[in-house]
Amino acid sequence: MGNIKDKNSFTWSDPFLLDQQLTTEERMIADSARAYCNDKLSPRVRQAYQKEYTDPNIFREMGNLGLLGITLPEEYGGIGASYVAYGLVAREVERIDSGYRSMMSVQSSLVMYPIYAYGSEKQRKKYLSKLASGEYIGCFGLTEPGAGSDPGAIITKATKTKNGYRLHGAKTWISNSPIADVFVVWAKSDAHNGAIRGFVLEKGMKGLSAPKIEGKLSLRASITGEIVMDEVEVGEDALLPNTEGLSGPFGCLNRARYGISWGVMGAAEACWHAALQYGLDRKQFNRPLAQTQLYQKKLADMQTEITLGLQAALRVGQLFDQDKMAPEMISLIKRNNCGKALDIARMSRDMHGGNGISDEFVVMRHMINLETVNTYEGTNDIHALILGRSQTNLQAFF
Amino acid sequence: MKILVPVKRVVDFNVKVRVKADGTGVDIDNVKMSMNPFDEIAVEEAIRLKEAGSADEVIVVSVGVQQCQETLRTALAMGADRAILVKTDALVEPLAVAKILAKIAEEEGTNLVILGKQSIDDDCNQTGQMLAALIGRPQGTFASEVVVEDDKVTVIREVDGGLETISMSLPAIVTADLRLNEPRYASLPNIMKAKRKPLSEKMAEDYGVDLKPRHKIIAISEPVTREAGIKVADVTELVAKLKSVGAI
Amino acid sequence: MSILLYVEHDGINVNEATLKAAAAANQLAEHMGNVEIHALVAGSGTISVAEQATKIAGVAKVVHIDNAAYENPLAENLTQLVQNLMADYMVLIAAATTTAKNFLPCVAALQDVMQISDIIEVKSASSFSRPIYAGNAIQTLETSDEKLIITVRTTAFETAELSANAAITDITFAAEEATSSFISAELSESERPDLASAKIVISGGRGMGSGENFSLIERVADKLGAAIGASRAAVDAGYVPNDYQVGQTGKVVAPDLYIAVGISGAIQHLAGMKDSKIIVAINKDEDAPIFQVADFGLVADLFDILPELEKAL
Repeated sequence: MGNIKDKNSFTWSDPFLLDQQLTTEERMIADSARAYCNDKLSPRVRQAYQKEYTDPNIFREMGNLGLLGITLPEEYGGIGASYVAYGLVAREVERIDSGYRSMMSVQSSLVMYPIYAYGSEKQRKKYLSKLASGEYIGCFGLTEPGAGSDPGAIITKATKTKNGYRLHGAKTWISNSPIADVFVVWAKSDAHNGAIRGFVLEKGMKGLSAPKIEGKLSLRASITGEIVMDEVEVGEDALLPNTEGLSGPFGCLNRARYGISWGVMGAAEACWHAALQYGLDRKQFNRPLAQTQLYQKKLADMQTEITLGLQAALRVGQLFDQDKMAPEMISLIKRNNCGKALDIARMSRDMHGGNGISDEFVVMRHMINLETVNTYEGTNDIHALILGRSQTNLQAFF
Repeated sequence: MKILVPVKRVVDFNVKVRVKADGTGVDIDNVKMSMNPFDEIAVEEAIRLKEAGSADEVIVVSVGVQQCQETLRTALAMGADRAILVKTDALVEPLAVAKILAKIAEEEGTNLVILGKQSIDDDCNQTGQMLAALIGRPQGTFASEVVVEDDKVTVIREVDGGLETISMSLPAIVTADLRLNEPRYASLPNIMKAKRKPLSEKMAEDYGVDLKPRHKIIAISEPVTREAGIKVADVTELVAKLKSVGAI
Repeated sequence: MSILLYVEHDGINVNEATLKAAAAANQLAEHMGNVEIHALVAGSGTISVAEQATKIAGVAKVVHIDNAAYENPLAENLTQLVQNLMADYMVLIAAATTTAKNFLPCVAALQDVMQISDIIEVKSASSFSRPIYAGNAIQTLETSDEKLIITVRTTAFETAELSANAAITDITFAAEEATSSFISAELSESERPDLASAKIVISGGRGMGSGENFSLIERVADKLGAAIGASRAAVDAGYVPNDYQVGQTGKVVAPDLYIAVGISGAIQHLAGMKDSKIIVAINKDEDAPIFQVADFGLVADLFDILPELEKAL
């Protein structure tokens, strides 16, 4: 048997020693992100959620720490970090709240990434460093009232003008839009045979407005709105030159969805650890709840799903970093991790008994948030159809 | 002026350690490790002194296992200029660490050494004081404010009754208390840059210090848990009880 | 060879903490074969302190040095003095006050021994227990050093009686000039300590009934030098500001003494204070969950009890 030890100690909170599978920099990045989240985000989330208040300063704080657009090269405000590092940051931010993670994901993956990947050098120079510092807040407009899971059905139009384009249409469920300075929107362009093209719009353009969507019961710490484009005139330089068709928005969404698969595990961990602590503290019938079989079974389920989900996310991140990522991999982990995180949050809410409905315990907020996260960026079922198609070669979307 | 800041890798302060069932120690296998929080404050103070123009270079040093280089990288990412890892797999006690630090302080010609007042694992609170005695320089322990002017350093110290202010001639030793400052987070760009900062490795043996521990650990046990409380009849009994347990 | 007990004082009185250290010293003296304990009083104009020290149970001799150099307990000066005396002693022991924690390690380094910090138990002449990891574990160690330098966690020992009648020996010592100097001290007796780090916290809950009634708590807090906290219920009711809140979403405190007044003990509140060393609960509802974690519970009306408590302290 040589040096094989029969019994190494087990780390309940990190069963497969994920931490040891990271590089020094990745660990340090996660530590820094976690310290910021604990010290600065955690103390204000309860109020933010209650009052449905989004603090635009959070973008600046994240920018200062360098949390925005980290996979981009240094010259564009990033740090050339790995996708694994990006995932780790998402996990730390969402450990506090899915809304805060949404704000960050949109900025990094849905605004900075397309400007970097599909933009001209001029566009990159104009926007990226300011988006990285959080001076600019960005949003991403694809979804429309009549086009959700079926983005090919968007009707926002870009009509060619002498010096550029005229955009007309409306986008909905747009994170950050009411406070955004930069809008990446997707429209069907008549000058490109009706193909979907991306445009970068700026706050203050005539005909551009972004009303807030009221009455959200979920992701209340993160503002959501519409983007209304009423004959907005833009120059030729607003067009993202290097992408055409749905592959553009999907390239962005892949990255955001990948981040989500890490993020939701952070929220799930928060719910798991809360349930564990509650079970140890709360005594009924003269013993801790955690000393009952039903309670322990649930804790075991949470531990198992989170461990597997994180390990899967890490694997896809590594493949991403080796340029071997296939979008179906992301569908698999986005779908699995969101669904499992939602289950865990619901279970944890249940384990907290009556106390679980109070905002003094984080679990119900996470639970309600995860309802959104399980739905946006490709619903659970839509990702199932992607995976179904990958096996059968038969599309079942329509 | 050169500032030396020793940093220690300890179990992260958020981790509640568990005592091993066989009483031989606490279970720290695979437990999250971080820089000792008091040392983080010491690093921050040194960096601030450099930013204020009072110091030219901040050198961080750690004595311990190879993985301590991660702790040093964190200090570099916060803003220290270079790092020295003094490698040893042995458990090194504060006295031996102080002796090694004394040699390094001499070698580097440092004018100020800032340490955390204690580490949160062994809770000894002695390394800084020992270093001061060994090199025969003054100390300002438990500092809540440090002001460097010319060849003097003024330290406001947190003492039992409140605050005490002392003045010292440089070179001197300062140990950081909790309220000295709020350490910055290592920003992500600086984490990447820290990779390129110099980190030299030495062996503990190179310093000719006897590392043999003076304390043999016989047992590590769980603290006594709270016993079921009692009801007291009135204020007189309550006050008497509190006095008897030294609570007031 | 005997034990040297460092006597801490304010220039007038022997510090209570020293009497705890004396108790530990007595236990150690017994393990060492009933060696003598000598008490060191260093100060300026401190003959009255020295006289008090002669009474500390177990002390055979008071070594008194009266010199302006010791008017303030500067580590450099004390280290030189004690280092010089250590030729005649096996053990240096003191209460783990900021003064002792400041200079004892210096003496240890010069003696080339490890200090044994913050002991809570004397196991034998060379073995001691002490808390590590902020008290989450207890370490029992055996030292191989010939001389022992020990600081004592005062909460772990009884107070030594004042029953002895030792002789005073005045000494002088020519110290080298120090490279550090005392400038000033600012003792914060009037100001209330910070909630998070206070040694004593007294908190009020919804049972206080109003913000004005918190003055009852303030008066007790002044007597105890305590910080004031509150439950979420009291904060939500507007009795006190947000930063008073102790609990899951407020401040987490672990003082030596926590007094919960009119607090039922919701689990959220317990999460913020359950690691306190001693918990006292005052509540008129005898089924209040707070009593399950309280070391001392008093079932009574707080409006009667608080004024009584203020008087009794």
